[in-house]
Amino acid sequence: MSAVVKHRLFWPLVVLLALILLNTVSRPSFVSITVHDGRLYGSLIDVLRNSAPLMLVALGMTLVIATRGIDLSVGAIMAVSGAVALTIIQDSGDAANPAVLAVAIGTAVGAGLVCGLWNGFLVAVLGIQPIIATLVLMLAGRGIALLITGGFITTINSDPYKFMAQGYVLGLPFAFYVSLAAIAVVALVERRTALGMLTEAVGINPEASRLAGVRARGIIWGAYAASGLLAGFAGILYSSNIMAADANAAGLYIELDAILAVVLGGTSLAGGTFSIAGTVVGVFTIQTLKSTITFLGVPPAVTPVFMAAVVVVVVLVQSRRFRRWVGLLAASLRARSPRRPDRAEVAS
Amino acid sequence: MTTTQTAPARQARVAGSRRRFMTRHASWIPVFAAAAILVAMVVGAQLYFGHFLTPRLVSSILLDNSYLLILAVGMTFVILTGGIDLSVGAVMSFTGMMGASLLRAGLPSSVTAPTMLAAGALIGLGIGVLVQYFDVQPFIASLAGMFLARGLGFVVSLESIKVTDSSILWLQGTRLHIGGSGWYVTPTGILALLVVAAGALLLAYTRFGRTVYAVGGNEQSARLMGLPVARTKLLAYVVSGTCAGLAGVVFTAYTGAAYPLNGIGTELDTIAAVVIGGTLLTGGSGFVVGSMIGVLVYGMIKTVINFLGVDQSWTRITIGALLLVFVVVQRVIVARSARRR
Amino acid sequence: MSHPDAEATSDALVAMRGITIQFPGVKALDDVDLHLRAGEVHALMGENGAGKSTLIKALTGEYAVDAGTITVAGEPRVFHGTADAQGAGVSTVYQEVNLCSNLSVGENVMLGHELRRGGRIDWRTTHRAATQHLENLGVAIDTRTALGTHSIAVQQLVAISRAMVTDAKVLVLDEPTSSLDRGEVEQLFAVMRDLRARGVAILFVSHFLDQVFEIADRCTVLRNGRLVGEHAVASLTPGSLVQLMLGRELDTLEALSSVADRHVDRSGTPVLRATGTGRKGVIEPTDVDVYPGEVVGIAGLLGSGRTELARLLAGADHADSGQIEVKGKAARLANPRSAIDHGIAYSSEDRRAEGILGDLTVAENIVLGIQARRGWRKLRKSEQDAVVAEYIAALGVRPASPNALIRNLSGGNQQKVLLARWLATAPALLILDEPTRGIDVGAKADIQRKVAELSERGLSVVFISSELEEVLRLSQRIVVMRDRRKIGELASHDVDVDAVIDFIAHEGQEGAA
Repeated sequence: MSAVVKHRLFWPLVVLLALILLNTVSRPSFVSITVHDGRLYGSLIDVLRNSAPLMLVALGMTLVIATRGIDLSVGAIMAVSGAVALTIIQDSGDAANPAVLAVAIGTAVGAGLVCGLWNGFLVAVLGIQPIIATLVLMLAGRGIALLITGGFITTINSDPYKFMAQGYVLGLPFAFYVSLAAIAVVALVERRTALGMLTEAVGINPEASRLAGVRARGIIWGAYAASGLLAGFAGILYSSNIMAADANAAGLYIELDAILAVVLGGTSLAGGTFSIAGTVVGVFTIQTLKSTITFLGVPPAVTPVFMAAVVVVVVLVQSRRFRRWVGLLAASLRARSPRRPDRAEVAS
Repeated sequence: MTTTQTAPARQARVAGSRRRFMTRHASWIPVFAAAAILVAMVVGAQLYFGHFLTPRLVSSILLDNSYLLILAVGMTFVILTGGIDLSVGAVMSFTGMMGASLLRAGLPSSVTAPTMLAAGALIGLGIGVLVQYFDVQPFIASLAGMFLARGLGFVVSLESIKVTDSSILWLQGTRLHIGGSGWYVTPTGILALLVVAAGALLLAYTRFGRTVYAVGGNEQSARLMGLPVARTKLLAYVVSGTCAGLAGVVFTAYTGAAYPLNGIGTELDTIAAVVIGGTLLTGGSGFVVGSMIGVLVYGMIKTVINFLGVDQSWTRITIGALLLVFVVVQRVIVARSARRR
Repeated sequence: MSHPDAEATSDALVAMRGITIQFPGVKALDDVDLHLRAGEVHALMGENGAGKSTLIKALTGEYAVDAGTITVAGEPRVFHGTADAQGAGVSTVYQEVNLCSNLSVGENVMLGHELRRGGRIDWRTTHRAATQHLENLGVAIDTRTALGTHSIAVQQLVAISRAMVTDAKVLVLDEPTSSLDRGEVEQLFAVMRDLRARGVAILFVSHFLDQVFEIADRCTVLRNGRLVGEHAVASLTPGSLVQLMLGRELDTLEALSSVADRHVDRSGTPVLRATGTGRKGVIEPTDVDVYPGEVVGIAGLLGSGRTELARLLAGADHADSGQIEVKGKAARLANPRSAIDHGIAYSSEDRRAEGILGDLTVAENIVLGIQARRGWRKLRKSEQDAVVAEYIAALGVRPASPNALIRNLSGGNQQKVLLARWLATAPALLILDEPTRGIDVGAKADIQRKVAELSERGLSVVFISSELEEVLRLSQRIVVMRDRRKIGELASHDVDVDAVIDFIAHEGQEGAA
């Protein structure tokens, strides 16, 4: 039993299930799924669909955080990607042509990849701190997106494009399949190959890994590139959802949601060992939370207050001191008595 | 002993004094660099536009960016301890909302303004407690603070609230003319400069300030040296929160209203200004004066963009680019000095 | 176990009696006594894992004791941490010199005790006071310079001076000489003698036997968490001291002296030939040859460039001059990856910062080298298990458990795991930088024996150590460095420690071998 509790996924899953339970108790319709026209509908299905952009971004963020970094620019990259795609489609004059769409999507995703490579260059080659390096693109990216759209919110009319975010395949939302594909690809690449272990090594001790022959620079660069690429895809999904390229609103705050999802899933911000499954659980948790808040009738603008509460609860639960505090039922926060160190500290 | 020195001896003396200056004041170098950039920008703008450096314009730079200056002082404290505070923009907006609604309810500004500061301080305290006592990373803790403040702002009101209180409006509306050639300063400007002075004095001449530097330099050492690390880190976040509250007062006076969407992205502008001003994100090195220069650089860029008549979005792009240049140069200097050792 | 005589106990400034500390699964200290008298230098000795640092942490209250008492100046005291102990006059200077290098020297000395006037700090008088405190220890430096611009030796003296500011009556020095050269050690000892004369009780934790004999009056020896004895240093010999610490014969170390006499065939192609290899500002262009099966030692004082040279040979840093040939073919060692591909393995001197991956297991640490070489293709589990088991056995890693987290192992065992990592890559040349620093005598002997064994089987080794006896014992040829350049080579069996020191000092006429 203790092995189950100690498992990395235990607490994240508990939180998610508790959230779902809470929702179901207050509105039993939450878990109901109806079939209509061969498609599944319901709140849970909404979560699966709406979480897709966050899922993509969070997967990339997981890799970046594992290398001891952070990517604050993913929202801006989404904006750029959407702007590129929609501008190409609009300028072509032929919005429904699959060839045009393919070129637009390809270019947009490529733009995201280039952004990721840029971030990776700053961090891996120039050695700039990840917060600052990605802050640059975060500041400049939306401006660039605005320049691409000429300052407007470009809109298009295209059924095939709309399909990506709003269409269904085999009864489930297409966007969900995109999520699944991303999860599968990332998980396979990280765990089937040695890339996952090498990434963790780089995150735990970059210099020792380099001396051991690990191509640390390449791994770090690759993580940011992956993050940019995935953000590019997320930008396509987002713009497909609103059928517009809104440089200011695209992916607003999504980097924060993504970081939260990763941390919720058990990966530490300090880098090192990471968990894809944990991030998946974290994404669903955040999406469910957002859905809960909307349902409660809280104006979406006030959502952040609940996010804050969740963040606090999660980090407290993860905090060793808090757990010890609760466990000891100590009244005083100021632990003045000499502490008993754990085994790990008795190294010499 | 001869009174004249031979050339090599003099050279050696100069080199020695330069080296001595470096080993004593190395952390001022990035600030000088920022000042140099500011001067270069001003000179460049004057040459390009011809009529740039008017007293009115220069005065307006301070007027328009007083709130950012106050925020930057608070952020400097936090960054010096090795942390970061992402909540300042949201707190500024929330305290503005809170203040405006209190004023609308009839409370006098003499009560409202201190309440706004207290609210900011309280949120800062919360963040500090999370960071210090629960080992939460500053990024996440202040993120929670930002979410909280942003949401609370909307709880107060979903729409903007106009401010009609005369004493608040006085802060921004009054122009105190100096010298008579168009130079002026507003009470908010004076307030901002006072905050800068207070911050600088605190950091240089009090034990609290020196402990801030020590904690940022090596927290474990500071603790082993018997310094009150926990209290200091906590206070740093309280200072930042209080500054955010004060910035709320100033910003509300500046716009004449409180709007829940105010200050989005302001924390990033603040961080950018502080970093450009020569404060290292890793902590332990930096000066409030540097942050002030950083804010002036930011203000210059905004003004130049205005003058050029191009899209406002270029402001953010330029700030981003400048930040990049600064950070790269800082990195090169650090790498080169590490190699030499 | 020999308990101290009554005379020592009665006027002890600090008396720790019957200290027992139990951690989950291991008894770190078992009924240990320590008596410190004012005006004496007392050495605390023992292998790693013997309990020295645990005892110090018990004294300062970083660890809670399960049994036993601590009295300071006759009063029973319980401290709550280093800072609390400092307030009572018990100051500790740790190996890592816990000061803030971003602040000035004077500020570090006076931090927390700055002199104020009218509520604000008066810097002029504060710096003047700091200068005075430093001069009391015979140190004259500009107190306004940043601490980080000074050497570790100076920083240590600043730390001691800070202890004096807080009016320390007991000064604990934890391995203070590990990073100092001979001259700096002398300076430190002069300071210690001066403090001793002033009545301060000094607890000197060290594993350098000769230094203990040079400076200490009494010593307390621990072994496996138990008190072996407290003796006057004058009544011991180095042999008897080591025997107390080890509890067994020394012949394992003695037997290795045969390595130096082994004949090496230098007629063929060298495994590594570096010609004019250097890096501007770091190392002057240097020539080094290493032949198959040879152990080449690099000797020199701290700062002479030994590590820097090793890093160039291992591809850890870029050389901007000269060229390197591996087994006769020109090789460009742009990074550690390419060096490993050429068969050169490098074990860095700082195992904590550049060696171990703390959160990973012993097994994962061992296979990292070969996995990195494989790239994306994962090692099969069976393959991995076999390699790990082989090296755990061959090197005697304790505990012999592949899934233990490496950070829970003692320093000596961590070093063995790192050695396993490099050996697993089947190198032709193994560069070891201070592999035995900070580890217990038993593990030291194990590692030295392994190196000798491997070289006998054909592996070439470059061996760097600050302990000249070790270098002489293990290598056939010694490259001597000073002030960032090679000043010559010596054949080990022709010289002894004094001859090498003499050579370094006078740049002896015997040129390269």
